[in-house]
This record gives sequence, C-alpha cells and structure tokens, in this order.
Amino acid sequence: MSKPEFVYVTYIETTPEKLWEALTSSDFSRRYWFGTELQSDWRIGSSFALVTNGITSDVGEVLEFDRPRRLSYTFNHILRDDLRNAEPTKVVFTLEPHGPLVKLTLIHEGFAKADKLRDAISTGWPAILSSLKSLLETGSALAIPRTALGKEIQSS
Amino acid sequence: MNIDRFKPMTVYTIYMAATPEKVWQALTSAEFSRKYFFGNAVEIDLRIGGAYIVRAPDGALHISGEVAECVPYRKLSFTFNVNWPELIEKLGATLVTYEIEPAGDAIRLTMTESHDRPLDDDILSGGRQGWPAILSSLKSLLETGQALVVKMAPPERMLAALKKLGIKTP
Repeated sequence: MSKPEFVYVTYIETTPEKLWEALTSSDFSRRYWFGTELQSDWRIGSSFALVTNGITSDVGEVLEFDRPRRLSYTFNHILRDDLRNAEPTKVVFTLEPHGPLVKLTLIHEGFAKADKLRDAISTGWPAILSSLKSLLETGSALAIPRTALGKEIQSS
Repeated sequence: MNIDRFKPMTVYTIYMAATPEKVWQALTSAEFSRKYFFGNAVEIDLRIGGAYIVRAPDGALHISGEVAECVPYRKLSFTFNVNWPELIEKLGATLVTYEIEPAGDAIRLTMTESHDRPLDDDILSGGRQGWPAILSSLKSLLETGQALVVKMAPPERMLAALKKLGIKTP
C-alpha cells in the first residue's frame, strides 16, 4: 500500500485535444483545480508554478510537452514546511484515445516512503481529476470545498 | 462474517455530482449496473449475510458473495468472488467496500478491494484495470444520464498470472 508513487486512471468522454487544453490552461484549471492557475510557457525546461489567489504553492519545471499525448512536470511544494519534499516529485499525464473516450493516466512519483506530501496529493488528485471530468462532460466543474478533502490539505 | 483479516490492496476514489441515495441505488441495482458495469447485473440482498451476485450479460453467474456491512447510503461491503474453478481455493476471498461521504455539493465514493492474504501486482492488475473504467462510467451515468462505452481488452496480465497458478479462466 505504501508505494512511493500515486497512480490514477479515469475515462473521459472528450477529445485528447480538449483534455490537453484543460490540463494546460489556467482558464480551465481555475474551474476544476480549486481556483488554481497553472503558470508556464510550456517549453521544455521552462518553469512551472501552481498559483492560487496570487499565492504560489508549488513550483517545478516542464519535462515533456508532447501534445496531445504526454505532459510531464516536476512538482515541489513550497508553502508548508511539513509538505516539503527533499527532492522535487514528478507528475506525468498520459492521454490515450479509447474508442469515443480518452483514457487519462496520472502518475505522480518520487516521494520518500510514507511521505506526508504523498498522502495529501492522494487526496487531492481524485478530487481535481473528478472535477475535470465533470467539467469536460457536463460543462460544470464539481463544487468540492477544500475542507471536504480531509485533514491533510484542509489547512493549506 | 469477520472481515478483520482482509487488508486493503486497491483503493479508488472518485467524486460525483449526485446524492448519496442516488449513488447507493446505482451501486445496488441491476438496472443501473448493466449500464456502467460492462453489461453485468448486480443483485444484492441488502442485509448482513445477504447474497451478492453479479450476472454476466448472458445471465450466467459471474461473481458471488455475501454482504458483510450495510449502512444504507454510507457504507456497503461484501465478498466478491469470481466464479472461476479453484480461484477462491488458491487466492482466498475478495472483499469490496464502498464508502459514500458528502463533499460539499458532491459526494466522494471510495472503493476498496481487500484480500485476506498478500497477492502480487499481477493478480491485482485485473481489478486495477477494471475499477477506474466502471466507476468513471458510473459517474458519467449519474451526471449526464449516459454511461460511458468503455471497450476493455481482457486483463491479460492477470489472466496469465492465474493460469500460472493453475486457475482455469474462460
């Protein structure tokens, strides 16, 4: 159970292009990612940041940008000392056409074993990606308050 | 049934814009499950010790089990044993637990697949392939009225591992 990586798969009725847009645009991310903006020019090697209400919570670097198939960036939490990882963690999104659907696979890896950050992202990603799926399929993201996620991210 | 011996090995969490009552209904009725569970019909006697059955689209018994916990609209656990000869003798029983919790205007559904002995990732890969498709489809059904049509290849990695153990699969 305590593998130092987090894997999440979901199937979405959309196109790879629309899903790619949703994963890389702040107009979309603000709606499904608790108001968070994704700041990057998306060149390989460029900086990447998650910014919510003007406050930067995570910073990283773009590793892969193979539109609309594979997106990867590093991820380093900077806001809370207890969630800081010694090394940046890595996020990889893979988008695969699956009949009329897209299979989205997220792998977030590079955690120290039994890491607190891993516990927090394990709670956060299903909410973010569930909301993203709702947004693409119904036009409305989910209204999930951060406080509903569990104690790990409640206080962030 | 004492379920303390079961340990969680696969967990899948998904959020949906639906009421706990609606999700509960979808998880426990054949009419709904046919739409999101690869055409399979769930039949469940909702009391502790009651039967849990899944029938394949042709009506054949595919999975059978017994209800272990039942708290309407909140928690349901049951054994979930695929009807393949020698599977239960060699791998033990499988326990599936659904938990429904409010999350703002949405709900959080957590599916936990537990086993009473350590199993390797090859064996567990079947469930890990299936659950995201089933529960993604359930979410779409409840939010849009339409389930997803997920065409799933057979879980080759799991089938090969079962074959190695001498378990006969279709």
